[in-house]
Amino acid sequence: MISPLEARYYRRRMPLLWWTRRRSYTFFMLRELSSVFVGLFVVELLLLIRAVAGGPSAYAEFLDLLAHPVMIAINLVALAFLLLHAVTFANLTPRAMVVRLRGRRVPPRAVLAGVYAGWLVVTVFLAWLVVVA
Amino acid sequence: MTTRATPEPYVWLLFSAGGVVAALVLPVLLVLFGVAIPLGWVPAPDHEHLLAVLRNPLTRVAMLGVCALALVHAAHRLRFTVEHALRLRRYDALIATVCYGAALAGTAAAAYLLLAAL
Repeated sequence: MISPLEARYYRRRMPLLWWTRRRSYTFFMLRELSSVFVGLFVVELLLLIRAVAGGPSAYAEFLDLLAHPVMIAINLVALAFLLLHAVTFANLTPRAMVVRLRGRRVPPRAVLAGVYAGWLVVTVFLAWLVVVA
Repeated sequence: MTTRATPEPYVWLLFSAGGVVAALVLPVLLVLFGVAIPLGWVPAPDHEHLLAVLRNPLTRVAMLGVCALALVHAAHRLRFTVEHALRLRRYDALIATVCYGAALAGTAAAAYLLLAAL
């Protein structure tokens, strides 16, 4: 038997940036990092709502801020991460959920198609609500 | 043997719900307000219209739900991302408090904005 103190020397040391060593690990980390942008975009939405609540001039000022090139660049990066989140999360659904119809299992591909159809419906509805209605 | 009751399953439930909501609702709003409207591809909705949409009781409740769930989702995921990426498992209690605390503060701000300020 070796003492716990000695055992420490035999344990493999894991480097701090272990997830930079392999592409699949890096992808995993990027996927997890999407949560930062989900949180940040909720804050951005709340600031937009605050500007709308503040009246027409506050709203116009906020639109000017959003039109600043730096803000557009930040939002494009955020969009890339939000899409990464949406696609990875949608692709997980058929694995996380078994749908049965009249006692038969709906094939995973059909579930996935349903998820994307739902995404499209929500997207079109929200775009209509904001821009057209 | 006794099993200890933990809030963990419920947090994972909220995490999933928040992930779904964030995936369905947030991308289109970011495309509109972050890219298409600033670049002039789509005319900016006028203030009156946006105010009317946001003041609809259904919108208030739905937006509050979206914000709360998406924030809890982000907090939960960020907690484990920070701990795994930087190997900080030792500080789980502190990291969890900061993450969920921020989500709670954001939810309170959303509730104030959507239910009182509008």
